[in-house]
Amino acid sequence: MTTVSWSSEPGTSRGPGPFLSVRDLSVRFSTEDGVVRAVDGLSFDVEKGTTLGIVGESGSGKSVTNLTVLGLHDPAHTEIDGEIWLEDQELVGASGSTLEKLRGNRVAMIFQDPLTSLSPFHTIGRQIGEVYRRHRGANRKEARERAIEMLERVGIPQPATRVDHYPHEFSGGMRQRAMIAMALVCDPDLLIADEPTTALDVTVQAQILDLLKDLQQQFGTTIILITHDLGVVASTADNVLVMYAGRAAEQGTVREVLSKPRHPYTWGLLSSMPRLTSSVDVPLVPVRGTPPSLLSPPAGCAFHPRCDFSQLVGSDLCFTQRPDISPESGHGDACYLTLQQKRDIRTGDTKEQA
Amino acid sequence: MTSFLVRRVLGAIVILILISLITFYLFYALPRDPARAFCGKICPPATLELVRHNLGMDKPLFVQYWLWLSAIFVGRDFTQFGPCPAPCLGYSFATQEPVFDAIVDRFPVTLSLTIGASVVILSFGILTGMLAAWKVGQPLDKIASSSSVIGASLQIYFVGPLVVFFVVDTLGLLPRPSYVQFTEDPLTWFVHLLIPWLVLSIIFTANYTRMTRSQMLEQLAEDYVRTARAKGMSGRSVFFRFAWRGAMIPIITIFGVDLATLLGGAIITEQTFTLHGIGELAVQAVQNTDLPMLLGVTVIGAAAIVFLNIVVDVLYAFIDPRVRLN
Ligand SMILES: Nc1ncnc2c1ncn2[C@@H]1O[C@H](COP(=O)(O)OP(=O)(O)OP(=O)(O)O)[C@@H](O)[C@H]1O
Ligand code: SF4
Ligand SMILES: [Mg+2]
Repeated sequence: MTTVSWSSEPGTSRGPGPFLSVRDLSVRFSTEDGVVRAVDGLSFDVEKGTTLGIVGESGSGKSVTNLTVLGLHDPAHTEIDGEIWLEDQELVGASGSTLEKLRGNRVAMIFQDPLTSLSPFHTIGRQIGEVYRRHRGANRKEARERAIEMLERVGIPQPATRVDHYPHEFSGGMRQRAMIAMALVCDPDLLIADEPTTALDVTVQAQILDLLKDLQQQFGTTIILITHDLGVVASTADNVLVMYAGRAAEQGTVREVLSKPRHPYTWGLLSSMPRLTSSVDVPLVPVRGTPPSLLSPPAGCAFHPRCDFSQLVGSDLCFTQRPDISPESGHGDACYLTLQQKRDIRTGDTKEQA
Repeated sequence: MTSFLVRRVLGAIVILILISLITFYLFYALPRDPARAFCGKICPPATLELVRHNLGMDKPLFVQYWLWLSAIFVGRDFTQFGPCPAPCLGYSFATQEPVFDAIVDRFPVTLSLTIGASVVILSFGILTGMLAAWKVGQPLDKIASSSSVIGASLQIYFVGPLVVFFVVDTLGLLPRPSYVQFTEDPLTWFVHLLIPWLVLSIIFTANYTRMTRSQMLEQLAEDYVRTARAKGMSGRSVFFRFAWRGAMIPIITIFGVDLATLLGGAIITEQTFTLHGIGELAVQAVQNTDLPMLLGVTVIGAAAIVFLNIVVDVLYAFIDPRVRLN
């Protein structure tokens, strides 16, 4: 398994580093109610050809983070700080046309609801082909042939007929396959899948995830998979990033995070799901309480209003000082409890359950 | 699509029959005797009876309606007034001319007004609305949005004479509005109708600017537009190739509803500029208790609206493939 290096200082030379490197990213939206701190000091890396699973409750900033990678936020209402490196290219502050050339080409995205995410007014073939024409300068005929080839690749029967159909003539699973075909038409290096299976039923979910895995093996695509479902992470990802209130709560390999979770929030996530192998993609309600307001996040550890262990930390650090992820590389988490304390709590938990 | 059209046309026929039935019965509720109007100033009872008989007014109401309806397809012989070949809508009680001919004579005026104004409303309204949405929050948007409020509060019979006074009388930029057959001289037709078109469209255009702007902004927030951007489409092509289609659907729907109002507006405009269209016929028909004329104008007017609505529906299906199948 490929290991992830969580290191590298911002601004240092970009030798053969990670494929995608997000450094200290902050995304703030100005809204009528005030400034929403949707992402607040987030760093993570993804190695080439691997899959990073990003999990967290609704509103934890998963989508916002990835839309930032593609530069899809409205600049008039969004303030972005930090760095996003795609190999040797910095994406924060890159020009509009640079990002346009990147999108759909080197970096592609799949969205949650394929029905609303596909244009109801254009045929599937046209929607796929248009990406190819845009980035590869193909003509109408070549684009159509490519669209058929892509539909075949994602397992759509009778692609030569299907290519002229409209999204509403496809089933949910077929639509998501078409969406994947559209994302992969220019052989992107990075594929961001934002809850690609949430809108689908269980059997179709498994097929779509298998398809993504197959395509990754064939083409060496790097994948970021956003999901509510730790089961999906367990079966498809190499590394995991657990997000809470726009920050990283815990990160590491799938094995590390799922079998030796360190952050109280991750514990909550894990205990809320009956079995790792089940793949029922329901929004998690992991711990008591609700996610914090991003307009005025709590001081200190954003998780403290919902945490049962803050008194164990001793001092009032949990309430005053924001914990950073540590260690910075390998399996790390953002919590002041000592490793020993965490181990004790976990073994206590396991005994109770037994 | 064919079955859709067949269904729509059948529905339209039912609607037209209902409208004519209602007009027919309402007319008989009026406390005036059309036969007396027809008979003239000095009218001995015997002549009145004869007129009644020749007009078919001594028959039961339902039979009269049936005679009127069948005449459209097979013609009818009004003994004293001579035969009336199909499509026959009878003779005017007031002027004795065939109703159908009178309408055919006047209809192009009203139709020219309605269609010309529609073109102005749609093209101008949609264009300014798109520009406002494209430059949302910027001066251009503010100008478009506020001028649309002013436009919506204006009245045809107020603006009409004002425009004629400035543009025709004072500046001499355009000729006084009148109607020249399109087939005779398209350019003269165009130039003489320009002022009526613009005046008629003022009150509507504003609405379409506002709707287009808000619909465009709504579409731009849609998932599929975000997908288009995620594919690397440029902002301009996302705006003008993707978002507009979704935005047009509600606009076309509203336009179908507005058509009837627009026809009403065309009638006011005719009166304002003394163009001799259907509106004039309708007003005269009411004043003269002229049943055949009134029925004819009502039914042909309704038929025009119903027909234009079918055109709108076809357009709708053309833009939205989801409608095509069901
Ligand atoms: N354009 C925006 N303007 C203002 N606030 C926004 C905007 N986009 C997202 N947010 C807010 O940012 C926060 C993070 O949203 P995000 O969509 O990233 O959550 P998520 O983790 O993807 O949740 P989910 O699992 O529901 O998809 C939310 O509170 C959301 O309301
Ligand atoms: S830092 Fe404190 S409040 Fe936050 S998760 Fe750890 S123990 Fe709980
Ligand atoms: Mg999301």
